[in-house]
Amino acid sequence: MKRTLFTILTLLLAASFLLGACQTGTEPEVAEEAKPDEVTLVIGFTSSITGKYETSSGRQVRGFNLWMDQVNDAGGITLSDGTVVKLEVATYDDESNTDRIQELYTRLATEDNADLLISPYSSGLTAAASIIAEQNGKVMITTGAAADSNYQQGYTLVFQIYTPASRYLTGAVDLLASVGPEVTKVAFVYEDTKFSTGVVEAAKAYAEGMGYEVVLYEGYAADTSDFGPFINKIVDSGAEAILGGGHFQDGSTFARQLHEKGVDTNLFALLVAPPEPDFADLGEAALGVIGPSQWEPLAAYTPESAEVAGVEWFGPSSDDFVTAYTGAYDGEEPSYHSAGGYAAGVVLQNAVLTADSTDPVAIKAALDAMDLMIFFGNIKFDTSEENHGLQIGHSMIYIQWQEGEDGLSKQVVWPKAGATSDAIYPIP
Amino acid sequence: MDFLLASLSDGLLIGFIYGIAAMGLSLIFGVMDVINLAHGPVIALGMFSLYLLYSVLGLHPYFGLVIVAVVGLLLGMIMYAIVVRRVIDAPHLSSLLATFAVNMVIIGLGTAVFSTAPYNVDFSLGRFSVGPVTLIATRVIGALVAILVTIGLYIFLYKSRPGRYIRAVANNKTAAELVGVPSNFILALSFGIGTMLAALAGALIATFFPFTILAGGTYELKSFVIVVLGGLGNPVGALVGGLILGLIEGIIPTFMETTWVPVVEFVMFVMILLVRPTGLFGAKQ
Repeated sequence: MKRTLFTILTLLLAASFLLGACQTGTEPEVAEEAKPDEVTLVIGFTSSITGKYETSSGRQVRGFNLWMDQVNDAGGITLSDGTVVKLEVATYDDESNTDRIQELYTRLATEDNADLLISPYSSGLTAAASIIAEQNGKVMITTGAAADSNYQQGYTLVFQIYTPASRYLTGAVDLLASVGPEVTKVAFVYEDTKFSTGVVEAAKAYAEGMGYEVVLYEGYAADTSDFGPFINKIVDSGAEAILGGGHFQDGSTFARQLHEKGVDTNLFALLVAPPEPDFADLGEAALGVIGPSQWEPLAAYTPESAEVAGVEWFGPSSDDFVTAYTGAYDGEEPSYHSAGGYAAGVVLQNAVLTADSTDPVAIKAALDAMDLMIFFGNIKFDTSEENHGLQIGHSMIYIQWQEGEDGLSKQVVWPKAGATSDAIYPIP
Repeated sequence: MDFLLASLSDGLLIGFIYGIAAMGLSLIFGVMDVINLAHGPVIALGMFSLYLLYSVLGLHPYFGLVIVAVVGLLLGMIMYAIVVRRVIDAPHLSSLLATFAVNMVIIGLGTAVFSTAPYNVDFSLGRFSVGPVTLIATRVIGALVAILVTIGLYIFLYKSRPGRYIRAVANNKTAAELVGVPSNFILALSFGIGTMLAALAGALIATFFPFTILAGGTYELKSFVIVVLGGLGNPVGALVGGLILGLIEGIIPTFMETTWVPVVEFVMFVMILLVRPTGLFGAKQ
């Protein structure tokens, strides 16, 4: 009897050990099968699918979408606690219309519950969007928006990727002084918008400070299609160099009509339009035209140059970006607007990783502390009360359309340190 | 002086094109008392028609003008048959709303097809100098075409039977019907010719300026200023009004900023309505 009882107890004990062993044996399997926490970060923005900003805005959005697709395809952004941040987008067509911006950004912030915002294209639209971002406590990365004034409104959540407008054309004045020391008279003819006015005001003051006589200083309406009156004034003023422009549509029309009229000028620098690859469609009218660019594929920002500059490098190289972009969009060559859209994503990604959180307060703190080099250039934000969010790390380069072996091509002509060719001067 | 000559010649050349655009608007008002708010979109359709004929089908732009004219004429007659005929005897508000609806339909369809992005007929014939003035060949040809169209319209209205019918219907529709004038067809033809002139003006503008589907709005506003200047319902007055507006646009930039041009134009528009509402050359009686 005792023996039978002992045997039963022994079997029970053995069974309990076996069960226990089985239980502990299953724990790791359960842990392996459990998925890490996944959160979705909704990024809201509008794009100008229609209207005058269609070209530049389209490229900007394609750049941003490429970054987002790459991050999501790679499994998202992984935080230190294993949380995976997936990205989702909420977007609308703003029709290049400022009136639509306040309504749409309010909808993005309140109805679509966007966690972070990206600006629309252009300073005018971004100024309207910034108010909404700030009112709703949303961090907004601005790209395609260079006007300085947007960062002098006391905002604390708006961060600029582009070199500010006040530094857009000053390099062209330096270039003029370098290649044409005999020039004394310059004309500024510019689009009468927030961005362009900001650029030429700063460039005019800079030029006058260098001793140039500004013989014509006149704005034109954004929808101008006849530049004849301005061209006649330029000729009458005796200007030896022309600076100005505004956006792609007006800038390319201005260049075309200046060429049609056969106006002789030594240097012709326009905002925004010349760096766009489509500018080459102007043919001979594009030859010699100079434009400030936020980024060019030739720009040599690399992990090595980051090391030399003593800042952290983050993200893909320019070559990787160009390859991915042309592959994703049927061979379309990226412009600086495309790169700006992609750069906004890279900066956001770095901020989320540095913050190690999707909390807007932590992301804002990461952006405030950012001092970084990416394929787009240096990124550092002003954190002073007067200019919070203003870009102070990045700087412009200047391209010129020149005749190459395979037709027209862009060459970096300024600053000298990064030049890929001497500037054509005067324009043939 | 060179500056003034250059500005005046540019203004005069574009003035002819403004003139034929305004003639279309004025003819329609003169014959049927309809203010055509679809005038601007039809100008834009003329621009896009030429763009498609040149850039897609590869036709020479000046040959394309003939096709644009025919399409404009037919489009106008169809618009008349579908929309305008039903409201022609109704109060002015009805015809305004009807043509505004057509405006919205064209703009909506045009935006869906072409978006509001800028287009350009990439065509150039170079330039030439006359003394100190440099003229762009496409603008000169545009002005010459506008003059030819005006002469053709004049001959049509005063020397052909349908033209005389149009003038008869404009003068007294009931009396014209009593003597056997097919007033319904004549009204459709008048609306078609008015639309054709707008489309032609748009096509000519497209040979030297870039455009969007919304670009017709600017020229429609100018057409209103011109028909008020030249006299409502007076096509010849509209042509002269176009030339005056073109010259004003040329002269103003010589002594003030170019952005003041529309301000001056619309102040003039209001002043003429207040001081001489029949226009400088008399309105339709």
